[in-house]
Amino acid sequence: MQEHDFYPDQHVRSILSSVKSIAIIGASANEVRPSFFVAKYLVAKGYRIFPINPGRAGTEIAGAMTYASLADLPEPVDMVDVFRHADALPSIVMEIMAMPKLPSVVWAQLGIRDDAVAASLEMAGIEVIQNRCPKIEYARLSGEIGWAGFNRRTISSRKPKLQRGFQHYLLSE
Amino acid sequence: MSNREPGFDTLAIHAGAQPDPATGARITPIYQTASFVFDDVDHAASLFGLQAFGNIYTRITNPTTAVLEERVAALEGGTAALAVASGHAAQLLVMHALMQPGDEFIASRKLYGGSINQFGQSFKSFDWHVRWADDITPAAFEAQITSKTKAIFIESLANPGGVVMDINGIAEVARKHHIPLIVDNTMATPYLCRPIEHGADIVVQSLTKFMGGHGNSMGGVIVDGGTFDWSKDDRYPILTEPRPEYNDMVLAETFGNFAFAIACRVLGLRDLGPAISPFNAFQILTGIETLPLRMQRHSENAFKVAKFLQGHDKVAWVSYAGLEGDEHHEMQKRYMPNGAGAVFTFGVKGGYQSGIDLVSNVEIFSHLANIGDTRSLIIHPASTTHRQLDDTQKAAAGAGADVIRLSVGIENAEDLIADLEQALKNI
Ligand SMILES: Cc1ncc(COP(=O)(O)O)c(C=O)c1O
Repeated sequence: MQEHDFYPDQHVRSILSSVKSIAIIGASANEVRPSFFVAKYLVAKGYRIFPINPGRAGTEIAGAMTYASLADLPEPVDMVDVFRHADALPSIVMEIMAMPKLPSVVWAQLGIRDDAVAASLEMAGIEVIQNRCPKIEYARLSGEIGWAGFNRRTISSRKPKLQRGFQHYLLSE
Repeated sequence: MSNREPGFDTLAIHAGAQPDPATGARITPIYQTASFVFDDVDHAASLFGLQAFGNIYTRITNPTTAVLEERVAALEGGTAALAVASGHAAQLLVMHALMQPGDEFIASRKLYGGSINQFGQSFKSFDWHVRWADDITPAAFEAQITSKTKAIFIESLANPGGVVMDINGIAEVARKHHIPLIVDNTMATPYLCRPIEHGADIVVQSLTKFMGGHGNSMGGVIVDGGTFDWSKDDRYPILTEPRPEYNDMVLAETFGNFAFAIACRVLGLRDLGPAISPFNAFQILTGIETLPLRMQRHSENAFKVAKFLQGHDKVAWVSYAGLEGDEHHEMQKRYMPNGAGAVFTFGVKGGYQSGIDLVSNVEIFSHLANIGDTRSLIIHPASTTHRQLDDTQKAAAGAGADVIRLSVGIENAEDLIADLEQALKNI
């Protein structure tokens, strides 16, 4: 079973480099909510996102079509990112297990952790990351967040990888 | 990469600095520019809305300065940092983020004289009020707490007296009352002491001193320990209330354990303006690479010079925490086991006039108002840095009439001792 206090950088890097499509449960249309920031950032980094928000189904969030539930998704996704309180996790697990094709990763946002729930997903072969933010992790591992004076807790003698434009870094393998 | 945690000396060289993404330059380039172009209008909007990471304008962020910030955050063990124009600017921005008009904070009396002025005089015009702890015990700090107390401020190793504070003890008081503890770590540097590990929530430093280390650039820094829960009550509205400038964003909610550093940057630094020059950031970064070596040598030399002075018949007393039997020696072993630093005070027999004569006689020591240079420095605080204070304040700050402060450099200790010997002979 995966240890959930500490994830090696290489593990997080390989998850963020392999997934292409991400359902975001609890994505907000409010532009100052953290869940909106994350959705917008992931779009900018080239991920295809599928916001899940029953109150917003049929409208766009960060330029992506929103669905009421995982069951309504038009196609399989590689990752499910959860922006809901930990007490919502058990019912979310049921929804995930009912998906026609299971996602390879379930990611619970900063502050959200339930090791029993994680274990049940891992039994089904799903990789679980908890209590982390994919935006912060992407920005930390690509180097971008260093611009905000953030302590990335990693050092490297390699050049960061520039994306289009000037001020965007990509994850390097 | 392996999952080893890099050691302090490795971080001092590498933290924050990768080869330049555009050119491959191995040394961090000096991005001497006021502004940065946007990719497009949407990118600009994301940057202004704090939704994307990136640079807009050097008053707020700059890529050279960012390397310095991350490096100091890593060395102090914080979540994030911001570098500013000076140590005093750092103190101003910290208080600006914490205090509302009418609020109070508690400070040690064992502080750099400039900080005593800033807190006791300048801050009054913002209606921020300092309450001084009567002594250095945790109980003395607790005794000053009122319903308006928003912070506690101490120096880990106090300038000029060589007082080593009981950071853990004072942090416990702060925690009990849910008040952030701010520690000025200028004199110790993270090489000698890492206050966040002892319970500090915020660290400030004058980078002008040992971090830059060569007396050539002004700078200051604020390090967010990431330890304080701003949302626990409504006493820190700058962090917990919607900010009209940012579409009602709540900073503590959006930025979590580095929200304090972000608040100091996107409100304090943006609106008050004391940005560090990228050139200075570069100089300080270069200095930090040798911080471990310099601090070892500073401490060794200071110990030798202190020993010499202790045995001199024109010296009344020496206050250096590194000396066996010094009243702060036990605290030094606990909080700064790798050395007691470069700065200490001693009393010259004959008082005020002898002090003035001594600083006039030295030939290698420079008579000036600074500390933390490679060169050895000397000053008579009563006639200079602490001149504005009255006699009781001077005594309380460890700057009485007979007090001489040294900042011992990294020259040959024997030369420094010989210089003091000849200078003392002629008073
Ligand atoms: C302990 C301490 N804190 C703060 C400062 C103020 O720093 P700056 O001169 O960079 O504003 C100094 C300067 O001497 C200092 O010694």
